[in-house]
Amino acid sequence: MIHSLFIINSSGDVFMEKHWKSVIPRSICDYFFDAQRKANNNEDIPPVITTPHHYLLSILRSNLFFVAVCMTEVPPLFVIEFLHRVVDTFEDYFGECTESIIKEHYVVVYELLDEMLDNGFPLATESNILKELIKPPNILRTIANTVTGKSKEYSVSATLPTGQLSNVPWRRSGVKYTNNEAYFDVTEEVDAIIDKAGGTVTAEIQGYIDCCVKLSGMPDLTLTFMNSRLFDDISFHPCVRLKRWESERVLSFIPPDGNSRLLSYHIGPQSVVAIPVYIRHNISFRDVGGGRLDITVGPKQTMGRVVEGVVLEIPMPKCVLNCNLTVTQGKYTFDPVSKLLNWNIGRIDPTKLPNMRGNISVQSGSPPPESNPIINVQFVVTQRALSGLKVNRLDIYGEKYNPFKGVKYVTKAGRFQVRT
Amino acid sequence: MCAATSRPVIVEGAWRLIKRQEQDVSAATSFFASSSSSSSAAAAPYPDVGCMVDEDAAMPLPVSDLAAGRHEDLKQMLDSNKDGLKLEAMKRIIGMVAKGRDASELFPAVVKNVVSANLEVKKLVYVYLVRYAEEQQDLALLSISTFQRALKDPNQLIRACALRVLSSIRVPVIVPIMMLSIKDAVSDMSPYVRKTAAHAIPKLYNLDPEQKEELIQVIEKLLSDETTLVVGSAVMAFEEVCPERIDLIHKNYRKLCNLLVDVEELGQVIIINMLTRYARTQFVDPNAGQIEVEDKEQPFYEDEEEEEDAEADPEKLQQRPKMMDHDHRLLLRNAKPLLQSRNAAVVLSVAQLYQHVAPRPEVSLVARALVRLLRSHREVQAVVLTNIASMSTRRKAKANREEKDIFEPYLKSFFVRSSDPTHIKSLKLEVLTNLATDTNIAVILREFQTYIGSSDKEFVAATIQAIGRSCSSLLFIISTRWVTVMGQAVINGKNKKIEKESLLPLVFPSQDDIVKLQILTLATKLYLTNPKQTRLLCQYVYNLAKYDTNYDIRDRARLTRALVFPPQGHEDNKLAKHAKKIFLATKPPPVQQSSFKDRDQFQLSTLSHLINARATGYQDLPDFPAEAADPSVRCVEVPAIFAPENHHRPAYQSRSKPKKPESFYSDESSPGDESDEESESDSESDSSDSSSSGSSDEDDEDESGSDDEEDDEEDEEEEEQQQPKGKKKGGSTSVKKHSGKCEATQASGTEDSDTSSTSSSDSSSEDDSESSSNSSEEEITKKKSKAETAKGGDRQVGGSKRSNLDLLLDLEDSPPAMDTPLLTPSLGGLLTPSPSSQPPALPPGASIQPASAKFIPVTKQELLNRINSGGLTVACRFTRSPHLYSPRMTSVELSFTNSGAEEIKDISVGAKKLAPGMALHEFAGITVLAPGATLCGTLGIDFNDTTQPAAFDLVAGGRTFNLSITAPVGELLMPLAMTEADFNLNQSKLKGMNELSGLVSASTSQPATSVIVDKIYEIANLLQVQTSSSTSLKFGGQTASGKALVLVSVLLSESGQESSVTVNCEKLVISSMLLKEIQSAVKKI
Repeated sequence: MIHSLFIINSSGDVFMEKHWKSVIPRSICDYFFDAQRKANNNEDIPPVITTPHHYLLSILRSNLFFVAVCMTEVPPLFVIEFLHRVVDTFEDYFGECTESIIKEHYVVVYELLDEMLDNGFPLATESNILKELIKPPNILRTIANTVTGKSKEYSVSATLPTGQLSNVPWRRSGVKYTNNEAYFDVTEEVDAIIDKAGGTVTAEIQGYIDCCVKLSGMPDLTLTFMNSRLFDDISFHPCVRLKRWESERVLSFIPPDGNSRLLSYHIGPQSVVAIPVYIRHNISFRDVGGGRLDITVGPKQTMGRVVEGVVLEIPMPKCVLNCNLTVTQGKYTFDPVSKLLNWNIGRIDPTKLPNMRGNISVQSGSPPPESNPIINVQFVVTQRALSGLKVNRLDIYGEKYNPFKGVKYVTKAGRFQVRT
Repeated sequence: MCAATSRPVIVEGAWRLIKRQEQDVSAATSFFASSSSSSSAAAAPYPDVGCMVDEDAAMPLPVSDLAAGRHEDLKQMLDSNKDGLKLEAMKRIIGMVAKGRDASELFPAVVKNVVSANLEVKKLVYVYLVRYAEEQQDLALLSISTFQRALKDPNQLIRACALRVLSSIRVPVIVPIMMLSIKDAVSDMSPYVRKTAAHAIPKLYNLDPEQKEELIQVIEKLLSDETTLVVGSAVMAFEEVCPERIDLIHKNYRKLCNLLVDVEELGQVIIINMLTRYARTQFVDPNAGQIEVEDKEQPFYEDEEEEEDAEADPEKLQQRPKMMDHDHRLLLRNAKPLLQSRNAAVVLSVAQLYQHVAPRPEVSLVARALVRLLRSHREVQAVVLTNIASMSTRRKAKANREEKDIFEPYLKSFFVRSSDPTHIKSLKLEVLTNLATDTNIAVILREFQTYIGSSDKEFVAATIQAIGRSCSSLLFIISTRWVTVMGQAVINGKNKKIEKESLLPLVFPSQDDIVKLQILTLATKLYLTNPKQTRLLCQYVYNLAKYDTNYDIRDRARLTRALVFPPQGHEDNKLAKHAKKIFLATKPPPVQQSSFKDRDQFQLSTLSHLINARATGYQDLPDFPAEAADPSVRCVEVPAIFAPENHHRPAYQSRSKPKKPESFYSDESSPGDESDEESESDSESDSSDSSSSGSSDEDDEDESGSDDEEDDEEDEEEEEQQQPKGKKKGGSTSVKKHSGKCEATQASGTEDSDTSSTSSSDSSSEDDSESSSNSSEEEITKKKSKAETAKGGDRQVGGSKRSNLDLLLDLEDSPPAMDTPLLTPSLGGLLTPSPSSQPPALPPGASIQPASAKFIPVTKQELLNRINSGGLTVACRFTRSPHLYSPRMTSVELSFTNSGAEEIKDISVGAKKLAPGMALHEFAGITVLAPGATLCGTLGIDFNDTTQPAAFDLVAGGRTFNLSITAPVGELLMPLAMTEADFNLNQSKLKGMNELSGLVSASTSQPATSVIVDKIYEIANLLQVQTSSSTSLKFGGQTASGKALVLVSVLLSESGQESSVTVNCEKLVISSMLLKEIQSAVKKI
C-alpha cells in the first residue's frame, strides 16, 4: 500500500526516508519538486501526484512535506489520514513536529514508523498502544540523563512490554494516578462569511469536545448533555459506543488515557448562528493617491460575555506600499513583503469601540485594485459555547474513586471572513 | 549514491566476523549454518565500502575519520561487549539508514548482533535487517534461526515482531520457512500474532506468487477469525492475494458486517471496499425499476429526520416493490454508524458504499457526513470535494431533474473563501455548478459575482466558466425566466438603463486574456438564450473586445459577432442561422463540460477515481447481476469458531497451574483459552470484556456491554434473521442485569465464584451449547495444550528443533511462576478480554520474574477477642503467598478459634466497607466450628497499594462483628527475582522524586549482613538480589496491586554501624513508609 515515506523540509531537503518494501530511490521526489514549482504556493500542491510508475500522496504539516509513495490502487484518503496520524503521533510523542525535533529523535521516529506500518499496511496507530511498545522520550529522564551525563543511553525504552497489551485498543492497561481528574473542553469555532453589508452569507459552527482524562484503572464514563438535540452531525472517537448514543443520546465510553478528541460536531449553515462580533468597515481606493481605511469592531450577540483576543488580518492587494493608520486600541503592523495588515486589538470594551483609520499608500502609476481586501477575524469568547451546548453531568462507573471533573467552554473564530 | 567498490581485504574481515557469529548462534543454526557457510561464500555480495564521505553533521556523535574505512569505529563498537556501545552504534547506523545513506557495508557487523540480549539493540538490528536483507541475502540467512527461535517466545510481542521481520526479509530462499511460520502463527493464541501473520501473507505472495494456493488456505482460516483485530488484516490479505475468490467471503459475510463497527479504522476501510464489490456481485440492483416509486416519495427529501427513520422502518421497507436481500440490508445498516467515524477515510468509504450499493433515496444519508469532512485538513478536503463533485455530477446526469441533489441543503458549505487553495476553489466551483437548480441559482450567481473580483486570476476564469455552465445547463431544462435572474445577478446594476455599468463589461479591460475569452463566450450565450435583455450587454462586450490588445480576443470577438449579429444583408447567412446550435445546442452544457463526467467509470473513493486514470491494481466495480446469487451460501449453521490448535504455552505454566474450580478462570484474569473464545463477544462492543473483568468493575462493564448487546438484539429481531452466531443469547441475561444493576454493583465483590462464573459465561457465550460447556472445554484445551507443548518440537522446522526444545527446557527451569495467568504468553492481546484488574506490564527486563517469599511471618495479629465475641477468636496472618483470585490481592490467613463451649455455625464475610479501589475476596465460609477447634480461611485483599484498613463484617453464628485489617507496608509487596543489572537499570529509572534514602545505625556494632537481610525479609516481602559487592544489599519487589517496582538497597559502611538505606518506588507513600519501617527495624538489631 504505502511503499515509502519521505519527509521533506521547506527548503527541499529530503531529510528522512523510510521504506517498508523494496527501496525506492529518493529521486522519485523530483516529481514532487516539479509540482511544487508549478504551484503558486505550498498549499496549492495537489495532494496526489501521478508519476509514470508511482503515485505520490503528500500532506503539508508544520512546514514539512510528508510524501508517501504508492504503486498500486489505494484509497487515497486512507493514505492521507494515515500521514496525518503519523504527524499527530509525532506531536504526541515530542510535543511538536519540526525538522529539528525529528532529527533529534530519529531513532524513536524510525521505530514508530516501523510499528505503525507493516509492509505498507497500518499495524498499530493508536497512540496508547504505541506508547506501550515504544516509550516516549521523557523530559524528566532526559534532564536526569543530562545531569548524570549518561548521554542518550536510555532515552529510548530498553524493553518490550511483557506482552500485555490493553484489551481496549485506545487505552493502556494499568493506568494509575494519585489525583484522578477528568477535564472536558468544549470548543466551538465559528466559520463564517460576512458580506459587504454585514449580512451573514454563511455561518457554521465546528465544535469539539477534547478531553484530558487522568483516571486510574479502567473507568467507564457517561457524559450527558443539556441539549443533545444540537448534535445532528457528529463524529466520535472510536471509544464512544455508537449504539448507546443513537438510542439514548448519552455518551458512554472508556476514555483514552490522557488527551484526546472525544467528538467533533458540526452545526451546519441551515441553523441560525449568532455572530459575536461585527465589523464596520470602509475601505476605498481612489484612482490616484492611494486609499482610505476606516474599521470599527464591536461586540454583537455575545450573551454578556467579553470578546477577547480579537485580531484582524487584512491581506492587502499587491499594489499597496504602506499603511499609515491610527488605532484607538491595540497595535497594528503592516508587512510590506507579504502585504499583510495585522491589527491586534485584544479585548473589546463595549463602551469604547476600537477603531482604526488612516491612509493607504499605493504604488504610483498602478491602477487601483479591482476589489477590496477581505478581513480575516479572530476572536475568543470564553465560558460559553456559541451553540448553547452544555454538559449536564459526568458519571463514572467501574472505578470507585471520585474524580475531579471540570468542563470549560470556549468559542473561537474559525475561518471567519468579512468581505469588504 | 555509493559506488560499489569491492575490497577483498574487507570482505575477508567480514567473513571472519561471520564465522564468529556462527559460533555465537551455533546451537540454533544447525539448519542453516551448514548450507549458508558453504554455498554463500561464492555468491556473497561484496559489501560496499567507502564513499560515505559526507557523514551528516547532525549525527549525535562525531564520527572519527579513520583511514582504514569509514565505519571502523562503528564496527568496533558493534564488536564490543558493552550493550551501551552497541546501542550507540546501532543508533548511528539507523540514523544513516534514515537519511538514506548507504550503511550496507556494516551488514556483517550488524547481523551478528541479532542475538543480542539487549532488546533495544535487537530492535534496531531488526530495523536494519529489513532494510538491507534483500541486498545481502546470504548474510541475512544467518539471522533466520534467531527469528525461528523468537517465534516460540512466550511474549506475544516478540513472536509478532519476529514474524514481522522474518517475513520482511525479502530473500526467496526462506519462502518455505516463511510459509511454515505463517501457518503456525495463524493458529497462535494471541490475536496480535495472528494479525501479524495476516500481514505476512502478502509479503510472501509478492516474494513467491507460486505459493498462492497454499496461502489461500491460510487466508480462509484467517477470514474465519472472530477477533476484530484480525479480520481487518485478514481481509487485507485476501484483497492482496486473491480478490477474485469471492466465494471465500460467503461464509464470513455476516460476521464481517457485524464486526465492522469494532474493527480498527483502517481495517474498516478495507472491509467496506471489499464488501462493496461483494455486494455488487451478489445482490440485485436496489434501484432497478424503482424510480417511479421513489419519486412519489417526494417529501422524503425535505425532512432529514424522517429519512433516517425510514431507513430502519420496516413498514417503509415493505412498501418497496422488491424487498432487498436481508444481507444487503445488513451491510448497509451496519455500515451506517461509521458515517460518524472521526476518520475521513472510513466516512468516505461508507459514502461510496451507499453510492454504489444502496437504494438511491438512502444515499442522501451520506451527504451530511461528507460535508462535515470539508472542515478537515486541506488534503482531505481536496479528495472529499472530488468525490462530492463526482457524486453530484453523476446524480445530475442520471436523476430526475426535479429531484434535488443530496448536497443541495449544504450549498453554503461549498462557498469559496479567498483563503482556500486554488485547487480547492475550483473543486468548490464545480460542486456549486452541479448543485445549481432553479431555486438556488440566484444565490449561487450572487456568490459567483463576488468571486469575479478575486485577485486569483485562475479562479476568476474558472468562475466565469462556472457561471456559463450553471446557467446554460439550467437553460437546457428550465424556461427562460432564469435568464432574467441570471442576468440580474451577473449585471451588477439593478437598473436596466445602466446596463453598461454592469459588472461584466466593467471588469473586462483589466481581466486576463483567459478571463476575457470566457466573458466573450458567456456574453454570446446570454444573448442567444435571451436576446431581448442582453443584446446591449453583448454588443458592448464585443466592442470592448474589438479593441483589445490581444489578437486572439479580437479574432474571437469578430468571429462570434459575425455569427450572432450578422452584418446587414447577410441575415440569411447559413451559419448565423445555426448560431444557437453552434453555441448552445452542441452539447447540453455547451462548451464547458464537467471534468467529472468521465470519472463515472471509476469507483468512488479510489485513487483511480481521484486521478481520473486507471491505477495499477484497480479493479472495476462489477455491475449488479440481473439475478441475485444464491443467498443461502451466506448462511452459516455452525458458527465458525476459531479454534487455535497450536497454543503457545510454556511448560512452566501448565505445570504450575493452580488447582482450583473452573470458576477461577472465568472470574479472574482470563486464561488464554478463554480469551479467544470470548474475543468475539468482546469485539462486539467496545467494552464487553465483562466476563473476565475484575471483580471491582465487572458489573458495570457488563452492563455497558449488555446495552450494546441489547441493541443488537433489537436489530436482530427487526431483521428476523437467523444469525450465524449466538452471541446475542446473552441479551436476556443482560437485561436482567441491567435492571438489577444497583444490587449487582454492591454485591460485585461478594459474589461468589460460582455466580460470577455463570454470569460471565452467559454474557460471553457463543451459543447455548458452548456457553454451557465453556469451562469444561477449557480444561480439555488445557490438557491438550499441555500435551502439545510436550511434543512441540516435532512441529518445528527441521533444524531448529533442538533449539526449541532447549528453549522449552530452559523455561521449565524457571522458578514456578507465582501467578501464571499473568505471564501467559497467550494472554492479552489487543482485544482479548483481560480484566481491568489485571496488572500492567511487569517491570522491564526479561529476567525479572516473580518469586516466592523468602520469609513467612508466623506471628498472628488478633482481630477479634473471644471476650467480645462470646468465644470466637479471630487472628490474621499475612501468608505472603499469591492469592489465587487475583494477583493484585494480598493473602491474609484468618484463623478462627472457638474458645467457647458451643459450636459456632456459619462463619462468613458480611458487608464490606472498603475504601475506593480496594477489593476483598472472601474466604470459603465455615459451616461449623466445634468448640476448641481452630479453622483457617484465606482472604484476598487488594489494598490498592495503600495502608488503609480493609474493614468488613464477619458474620458468625448469626452475630456480626466489625473487623478491620491493616497491612503493614511490607506486606503490600511481592518479591521479584532479578539480576543486579536489571536492578541497577530499574533503579536508575526511578531516580529523583522516586528515590528516598536515609541513614540508619544499628544498635549493635557491625551487625552481620545476614542479620540485616533477615530483618528486611521479616518486615518486607522482598527478595534479595545477588550482588557483586559485599557491602551493598539489594532487594527487589513490586507492589501487589499496582505492580510498581520497589527497589531497596542498603549500603553498609565499612567502618561504622551507619548504613544508608535507599528505597526506589514510584509510589512515594510506599517508599517513605517502607524506608521508615526498615530504619526502625535495623535500629533494633
